[in-house]
Amino acid sequence: MADLSINFAGIKAPNPFWLASAPPTNSGYQIMKAFEAGWGGAVWKTLGVPVVNVSSRYGSVDYRDTRMAGFNNIELITDRPLADNLKEIEEVKKYFPDHAVIASLMVESRAEWEQIIKDCENAGADGIELNFGCPHGMCERGMGSAVGQEPDVLKTIVEWVMEAANIPVITKLSPNISHIVDPGRASVEGGTDAISLVNTFKSIVGIDLDSYAPYPVVDGAGSNGGYCGPAVKPIALNMVKELAQDAITKDIPISGIGGIENWRDVVEYILLGCGSVQVCTAVMHYGFGIVREMEAGLVQFMEDKGYETIYDFKGKALPNVKEWKDLNLKHKVVAEIDGDKCIGCELCYISCEDGAHQAIGLSDDPDNRIPFIIEDNCVGCNLCSLVCPVEECITMVKRDDGTEHVTWAERTANNDIPTTFNDKRAGGLGHYVPEPSLALKNGKKK
Amino acid sequence: MAEYKRPESSEDFHKNFAQKKPLMNKTEAFYESSRCLFCYDAPCVTACPTGIDIPLFIKQIQTGNAEGAAKTIFDKNWFGNTCGKVCPTGVLCEGACVYNHQDVKPIDIGRLQNFATDQVIKSKKEIFKPGKDNGKKVAVIGAGPAGISCACELRTLGFSVDIFEAKDKPSGLAVHGTAPYKITNKEVLDEVEYLQDQLGFSINYGKAITTKEQLNDLEKDYDAIFIGVGLGPTAELDLPGVDKENVIGAVEFVEELRMTEHKVKVPDSVIVIGGGNTAMDAASETARMGANNVILAYRRSKEEMGGYDFEYDLARNAGAKGLFNVQPVEITGNGKATGVKFIKTESRNGKLEYIEGSEFTLDCDLVIKGTGQAKLVDFFSLIDGLEIDRSTRIVVNGESFQSGNPKYFAGGDAVNGGAEVVNGAYDGKQAALGIENWLNK
Ligand SMILES: Cc1cc2nc3c(=O)[nH]c(=O)nc-3n(C[C@H](O)[C@H](O)[C@H](O)COP(=O)(O)OP(=O)(O)OC[C@H]3O[C@@H](n4cnc5c(N)ncnc54)[C@H](O)[C@@H]3O)c2cc1C
Ligand SMILES: Cc1cc2nc3c(=O)[nH]c(=O)nc-3n(C[C@H](O)[C@H](O)[C@H](O)COP(=O)(O)O)c2cc1C
Ligand code: SF4
Ligand code: SF4
Ligand code: SF4
Repeated sequence: MADLSINFAGIKAPNPFWLASAPPTNSGYQIMKAFEAGWGGAVWKTLGVPVVNVSSRYGSVDYRDTRMAGFNNIELITDRPLADNLKEIEEVKKYFPDHAVIASLMVESRAEWEQIIKDCENAGADGIELNFGCPHGMCERGMGSAVGQEPDVLKTIVEWVMEAANIPVITKLSPNISHIVDPGRASVEGGTDAISLVNTFKSIVGIDLDSYAPYPVVDGAGSNGGYCGPAVKPIALNMVKELAQDAITKDIPISGIGGIENWRDVVEYILLGCGSVQVCTAVMHYGFGIVREMEAGLVQFMEDKGYETIYDFKGKALPNVKEWKDLNLKHKVVAEIDGDKCIGCELCYISCEDGAHQAIGLSDDPDNRIPFIIEDNCVGCNLCSLVCPVEECITMVKRDDGTEHVTWAERTANNDIPTTFNDKRAGGLGHYVPEPSLALKNGKKK
Repeated sequence: MAEYKRPESSEDFHKNFAQKKPLMNKTEAFYESSRCLFCYDAPCVTACPTGIDIPLFIKQIQTGNAEGAAKTIFDKNWFGNTCGKVCPTGVLCEGACVYNHQDVKPIDIGRLQNFATDQVIKSKKEIFKPGKDNGKKVAVIGAGPAGISCACELRTLGFSVDIFEAKDKPSGLAVHGTAPYKITNKEVLDEVEYLQDQLGFSINYGKAITTKEQLNDLEKDYDAIFIGVGLGPTAELDLPGVDKENVIGAVEFVEELRMTEHKVKVPDSVIVIGGGNTAMDAASETARMGANNVILAYRRSKEEMGGYDFEYDLARNAGAKGLFNVQPVEITGNGKATGVKFIKTESRNGKLEYIEGSEFTLDCDLVIKGTGQAKLVDFFSLIDGLEIDRSTRIVVNGESFQSGNPKYFAGGDAVNGGAEVVNGAYDGKQAALGIENWLNK
């Protein structure tokens, strides 16, 4: 049986599944329930200065019948008294000594940081996470993303913390910045033991068409919120990769966060170098029970591939995440339609015709709705295979023989840069474009 | 008019008995699995007698982990593939699906289940291993769903297991009884073979245990014995003329149909007596075999039938006609049955009364008795201390499935008096845990 246990920057846990600092980690009650359900660690809902919350706090992006494909909130850090939280941290650790309990913190002055760190250590926390991410409310008071967006300030605070702390420190980054490596480097230079990311993205999930206010509407008005859930995963994955490949941050342990809901998401984050993952929205949607799917799937994956621990495949995708200029220009794929599976929606046709490269044709026979690929025009962009509603109906098949390998970088080095458009030397994929006037007579079918 | 042509070949037969729940393709599984809400404390799980974690296996299908899904299913139910096809899902898991409350089509749980289990069975993917040998031996009598499930579970616990089976095939009524349009013989047998290959219990075919001597030997050679013998042949009907030629039992008819398919000769006019699922299956099946005139005759009202509504609808849609409140009084004919004489009945204050002077006779060429299966009383009487209830069912402890004689455990139809495959699967598994607790704790 695969061994899921981890040692993340000195914080040990029976598995890499952690709860992110958020409502699911509001209380000892919830965290103990989560550990019982199979979670390996929890980052306590951020502790800090006293706050009050508004009523009506969440909004969501429902994509057709999928609820909460994206999720946003205007909640602040914990509104429960610090003393209660500390007492419960102690109690949870008593019941679950082998699980990871990490205190998320957000305060202002150096003295406050030193005091709260001592309090958490006394309560028995296994580590602390610095919340430099919250994009609403707290930043207006000079905390959260106000710090996360100022690498110099961030570095100073991390230095204060590192001087005071005797347990591992994770710095949680805000994604509301154009170059994630900047705060990443600042935290490493400040001495952090690990990084976690992402916190939420500044967002407006929609506008109520009666009150003309953004969701969630608070008494006729709204505010920008913090966006998370499945919709943010691709952006978060890229940020993880940037840190995992940067010369200065690449060796720092990363806890991956953002849109994780199933075992595949978990494996993807680990393949990009994460040593643990954190989940918020999926638990807010389905409860702690979703961890059983993640765990079963991760174990299955590891057994299938013959991995014994997650360190056997951690970061395994990183060498394959390259810059565009290093991709092989000689690789060629084209679309192929399986006529037996096709249901004749013609979405592939219209997406290619109107939205791509006019490389799909329709039969003259009105009873035949199966489109065909015009291979000479197909640039291998994937669009049709992405829109096709049938599993494994349109596949991209390789057409080059695999013997040639030329990259843009190599061509640049060889001074072999194309000088005209549609130049075969550009990689050779110039394609046919119909005469503009053909658009006028060309109905879908003649 | 019969809707079905008489099947002349195996191909015709399978056309007439086309699968009610055909296998899902990947696209269907993708969309259907996407619909599941992953309910908390899901009612579909509560409604499954074996408690399969349905939201989990559906999510596993959704995330491309069909093998994990199959494991989730078999973890709770060793007949996971058969059950997906033959369970009355409309009154079990699918009937409980929360979507029903808003008139949205419930999740097609049975077929999603098959989507996952079929893949591992076809690819012979090994997902189970026998437990470490614990040096103990268990004999299982009867290779039906209950017996096989017990054997599988015992093997995972490290017992060595020998099954003794009267017939020449495993899986009992799952292959000899269920309607051919629910599952094919191959599908049932492949699942057992898949399990046997991984878990390695032996099945001794043609080995009916019928004597005290045999039982003594088993008691000597084994640490515990599981009884999964099910029920007996169709119960005798106390009716003048029942001994005529072409008066047959429903269970026997179905078994012959399953084993010889299109070769069974079904005449034009058939009367099936009874109101249970077996009677309805027989009516449905004779109609599908091309009988023109199939009558399902039940002595009480339609509402009082023991069978499921959906089974009745299946029989009717196949061309059978229901006739209610009619009590057979005699099977007519000279040596050969040519008809059934009935008297009309009426329920008065729950009591069935005959309407005097209402007798009438319907002609037919075949009478099928769908009047329930007999209990294996003779066999039970061979076992000392075995406790039997008033309906001749073996009495067992509800948790351990241990019988009045502590060495014997029992489950399935022999204990519940005749239920579904899924109940046998549950009982067999639980009994194995009962045996483990009794012998090893
Ligand atoms: C016509 C019909 C249709 C059905 N349709 C469905 C359906 O659609 N869905 C569903 O879920 N259920 C259905 N059932 C019920 C289901 O098949 C049974 O509930 C289930 O098979 C019971 O399992 P079991 O292991 O207890 O007994 P059985 O399946 O009866 O198996 C008992 C086994 O023990 C063997 N045996 C008996 N005595 C001895 C002995 N002395 N020595 C050695 N071996 C012995 C028998 O040969 C048999 O193989 C149907 C039943 C019938 C009769
Ligand atoms: C309602 C809500 C409250 C949150 N509160 C905090 C918080 O107090 N501290 C913190 O560091 N992150 C907080 N987060 C951010 C989450 O920890 C997490 O980084 C983010 O939601 C991305 O993960 P997800 O896509 O799994 O939800 C909050 C998120 C939500 C939705
Ligand atoms: S989820 Fe709970 S707290 Fe939130 S609005 Fe509903 S009932 Fe109230
Ligand atoms: S998108 Fe797929 S299903 Fe639709 S017409 Fe194209 S190939 Fe057929
Ligand atoms: S009740 Fe229906 S929707 Fe809910 S978990 Fe079960 S199958 Fe899915």
